This record gives sequence, C-alpha cells and structure tokens, in this order.
Amino acid sequence: MSRVLVLVGESEELDRQALSLASTLGSVELVSVGPTKIGGADKAWQIESPVLSDYAPEAIAESLAQLIGQELPSAAIASGTERNNEIMAHLAALLDLPLATNVLTVSADSEDWRLTRVRWGGSLIEEATLSAFLKLLTVAPHSQPVWEGSGTPALEIFEPELGDELGRTRVRERVTLDEGITLTTAPVIVSGGRGVGSAEGFAVLEELAGLLGGAVGCSRVVTNNGWRSHRDQVGQTGTRVAPQLYMACGISGAIQHWVGMMAAKKVLAINTDPEAPMVTKADYAVIGDLHEVLPAIIAEIRRRQEN
Amino acid sequence: MKILVCVKRVPAPGARINLAPDSRSIDARHLSFTVSPHEECAVEEAIRLKELQGGSVTILTLGNAEAEEQLRYAISVGADEADLITADEIDIDPQATASALSERITELEGASDPFDLILVGNESADAGGYQVGVRIAHALGRPVISGIKGLKVEDQTIEARREIDGGFEIYRLPLPAIVAVKEGINLPRYPTLPGRLRAKKAEVRKVAYQLKRGGLTMVSLATPVEQQTATRVLGRGAEAAPAVVDLFEELGLL
Ligand SMILES: Cc1cc2nc3c(=O)[nH]c(=O)nc-3n(C[C@H](O)[C@H](O)[C@H](O)COP(=O)(O)OP(=O)(O)OC[C@H]3O[C@@H](n4cnc5c(N)ncnc54)[C@H](O)[C@@H]3O)c2cc1C
Ligand SMILES: Nc1ncnc2c1ncn2[C@@H]1O[C@H](COP(=O)(O)O)[C@@H](O)[C@H]1O
Repeated sequence: MSRVLVLVGESEELDRQALSLASTLGSVELVSVGPTKIGGADKAWQIESPVLSDYAPEAIAESLAQLIGQELPSAAIASGTERNNEIMAHLAALLDLPLATNVLTVSADSEDWRLTRVRWGGSLIEEATLSAFLKLLTVAPHSQPVWEGSGTPALEIFEPELGDELGRTRVRERVTLDEGITLTTAPVIVSGGRGVGSAEGFAVLEELAGLLGGAVGCSRVVTNNGWRSHRDQVGQTGTRVAPQLYMACGISGAIQHWVGMMAAKKVLAINTDPEAPMVTKADYAVIGDLHEVLPAIIAEIRRRQEN
Repeated sequence: MKILVCVKRVPAPGARINLAPDSRSIDARHLSFTVSPHEECAVEEAIRLKELQGGSVTILTLGNAEAEEQLRYAISVGADEADLITADEIDIDPQATASALSERITELEGASDPFDLILVGNESADAGGYQVGVRIAHALGRPVISGIKGLKVEDQTIEARREIDGGFEIYRLPLPAIVAVKEGINLPRYPTLPGRLRAKKAEVRKVAYQLKRGGLTMVSLATPVEQQTATRVLGRGAEAAPAVVDLFEELGLL
C-alpha cells in the first residue's frame, strides 16, 4: 500500500480533515514539528531542529524534503491553511514538482491523479490532473469530514540537517493583541457595504453589533473608500466567516463577497433593491433603506429590553 | 531601490460566473478585466517605497496581448517600466508561469544590479495556487515570505509583518528578497490625468517564450451547485423591525 505523509500542527479540526482525505489514498504517517496530540496513524515523525524554534517555512520545507528523500512516500499532504500552502509551495519548489492547493476530491486509480480544487476563492471548481512521482497537495479547509482515527502511533524522531541560513525567513518577533470579539469568533456579524454611504454611517451598525454581542464587517467597496480597516473586510481577499447570522446591509452580493460569508448559518439582507443577488440568495430579507431599518431595529431591541 | 512587481490579468465577474462553452475559461465577453486586489496593493506598495527611497518600479506579467491594459494601468499610478511575456495559451500552470517569470527577471537583471525587492500577490485571483512567488524565489536563490500586510525597508533588510489570529508576526529578510503581499497593506491610489497620459505613451516591452509545462494541468472548470433557498421577506422599511427582532430571539441571539 502506498505511504502518505501528512503534515499536521495547525488546528486539530483542519488537520483531521486533511487526514480524512489522505486516509483514502494510502497508509497515513503523520509529520509534525515538535510533538502533536493527534493519534491514529500507523506512524508519526517528529521533526527536531534548533533552527525550528519558531515558524520557519523554508526550514520546515527543507526538513520535509529530507524526510521524503529518506522514506520515499507516494504523496505529501497538508491542510490548505495559509501557512501550509506556503510550506508546501517551498517543498514543491525545492523538489521541482507540481503542487495542487486547496483540493476537494482526489481519484488516485491511475498513475496520474484526477482531482478537483478550489478556484476564485470558492466560486469555481477546477478539474485537473496531477502528474508526478510524488504527489503534493493541500486540502481545502472545511471540505472534508473530520477523521476519527485515535490510538498512539509509533513515534520516530527525525533530525534534519539544516544550515543556519534557513533561519532567514523565521519569525523574529510576535506581538499579541487583545482583539475582543472578532469576525472569526462573533456569533453575529453586522456587515455594511456601499449602501452605508460613509465612515460615520457605520455608527448604527456598531451600535447594533454591540447590542447583539457581534462584530462589524464590510465589503471591499467600504475598505477601498477608506471607511473601515481591511481587517473588517469579508470575502475572497478578506476574511472568511461562518457566524450564526450574517446581516448584509447595503451589500449587493458580488461573488467575491459571497464566498467569504456563504458558510454563515443564516443570512439576513437589508437592501433597497429587492432584485439584489444578496437578497435573492439570503434566508431572510428586509427591503428598505438601511438608515431607516437599522435604527428601528435598535429601538425595538431597547423597547423589549426595558419591558 | 529597484523593485519589480508581478501581476496577472483576470476577468472581473459580478454576482455570478458564467463559463465559456468549452468550460475551460470564464465567459468574459461582457466583463471588464483587472488584477487581484493583492496585486493592486503590491503595485501601490512598490510605488510608495520608490517615493520614500528613490529608485524604479517595473511591472511584469505573463499573459495574452491584452494584458498590456493592466501594465498601462500600473504605469498610470506611478510605475516606470512595463514588461509583457506573451502567451496565447489559456491557463498556464504554476511551474510554467514561475519559470517564464524567473527567466525574464534574470534577463532584465542582466549585467546590471538585481531587483532589491520583488513583490507578488499572496495568491492569484483565478488560480489561487499560493506558489508562483515562492517558486520564483527558489529559482533566483532569494528569500521569500508570504501573507504580508506591512513592509518597512531598513538599509539592506526588509521588515515584514504578517497578521495572524490574535496578533501579528514580524520577519526580517536580507535584500534582495521576494515578498507576497495581501490586500490591506495599503490603500491603492487612483490614476491622475498626467499619469494616464504617461501610460498611454509608455513603451511596453514584449517578449515571447516557449513555455515549459509543469505537472498540474487544468481539464475543465465548473460552477459549484448552489443551494436554492427561498428568501423570507420580513417586511419593508422600519416596519420590519419587530419581525427582525423576533428572528434574533428565535435564533437565540438576544
Ligand atoms: C479578485 C477580486 C477579489 C475581490 N474580493 C472581495 C472581497 O474580499 N470582499 C468584497 O466585499 N468584495 C471583493 N471584491 C469586489 C466585489 O466584486 C464587489 O465590487 C464588492 O463586493 C461590492 O461591494 P458592495 O456590495 O458594498 O457595493 P455594490 O455592489 O455597489 O452594492 C451596494 C448595494 O447597496 C444597496 N444599497 C444602496 N443604498 C442602500 C441603502 N440606503 N439601504 C440599503 N441598501 C442600499 C444597493 O442596492 C446595492 O445592492 C473582489 C473583486 C475581485 C475582482
Ligand atoms: N501570469 C502571471 N503573470 C505575472 N504574475 C503572475 C502570474 N501568475 C501568478 N503571478 C504572480 O504570482 C502570485 C501568486 O500566484 P498563484 O501562485 O497563482 O496564486 C500572483 O498574485 C501574481 O503576483
């Protein structure tokens, strides 16, 4: 049976999703930098090196290349997080091999693999062939079930030979910020688009988000106009969110925005245009001017709280 | 400072994407074209660094002849030189792309100094491979870091800032280096009238290469199946407020 190396070390949920796909392709061996809690595989490789004192994509990729050279697996796989896509790109460049990122499905019944992968941030699916003696791929987050494997794999320490120069792209400093409720943790996102009209116009969205214990998001038009920071942008080139409720106020529903919030459990659109794509795709809609609707919602919440 | 920025011409679809009859590209007959927002920000960042430090900004693309439009746009906002590697194929794979771009960069550097900094987008808008910049870095033997939302040049190093959940990371790379940037690093400017005139007259250098095919080949594209939900209209204008607050209560949000 073919051997598949799976790089773990991101969130356990995403790692287990990648393992789920990997386990259909061969016998799984885990690879981690330092120890990992994840079990269930046949074997686990733990990479140890003083150069890997913090995240260092070049050095991690070189370690993987050395391990691959020693073990000759048929594939190396990781979850498609920002970091893993970076590490795997280094690995692919080092080995001069193709890399398929954000893969959804694989059929491995011939020499060349047939696969599908995410394009346009999720608005399109590409069918492709991957032709290489060692297949490299990352798995699109949240596209797979969570692998249930458990038990303790046979652990082996792997000590790569890493020159100090590989530390040139290692993290030098870390700064932590107390961000409170963020787009990725908020149960409700009150999001505004061009329809909000100005930076000041967001005050009423802030107020409603405050009442609901949520966060404020926005569209790219808003960040481009300088009304809000890019940290708040939802979409293909912003943040991907999955709240209980996403309130899209004055947002038309361009596909690049939609892919960032389509994982929301429920969507409520507030828009003057009943034909706006956001309205026709949403679960709930209010047709009207957000500058009238939002203050009325706030007043209604306060009225009920007083009673 | 000599800076080079790689951009990729892509269609700009609206609310939905329609595919061409052969399902191998987007039906772009009624669409305008653009570059990824990440790349727009890469161009802006290069121009800002030039304004601070002096030097020049070169824009490089691999695409069809129409990609000249995106090069001229970059000149209209302040880039100095534009370089187009022409290829008629649709959908050039990441290995072929990186090898053509690296070859052209090596040629442009020729006998003169290397580009101090090469900027790319974190991922292209269409293919989203997250790899062309890293491959160029390996081909040229230079350090590279991805996901960057802040840059500061100090002498012969570049300080790069990457946002992560709950804070940020700082990297320091020796120059020459490559950085893959993300939207949000800056707010791109709009072209000025003199800029537009300059762009119209500017020379775009063109070369054609034999591409070296890599191992990932696109077969076809498809649109994902969408769940059709019937929208429940809660009301019109301010009168909808009680129904909205009922919904909040129903979803357990209050
Ligand atoms: C490669 C690429 C990546 C992109 N990435 C992103 C991204 O990450 N995030 C993103 O958001 N966009 C992204 N975009 C841009 C996207 O295509 C749209 O341009 C953008 O989402 C539109 O923003 P909007 O809905 O606020 O504005 P518009 O499309 O102008 O819509 C405004 C809406 O507000 C409504 N409206 C107006 N006034 C009112 C009012 N008073 N009350 C209620 N409703 C009102 C209008 O009916 C309309 O529906 C990207 C584009 C490209 C090409
Ligand atoms: N055809 C191209 N021409 C110029 N630059 C490109 C091209 N394709 C990709 N790039 C650059 O490489 C980055 C990453 O692309 P990708 O690996 O496809 O996600 C893009 O944001 C561009 O800056």
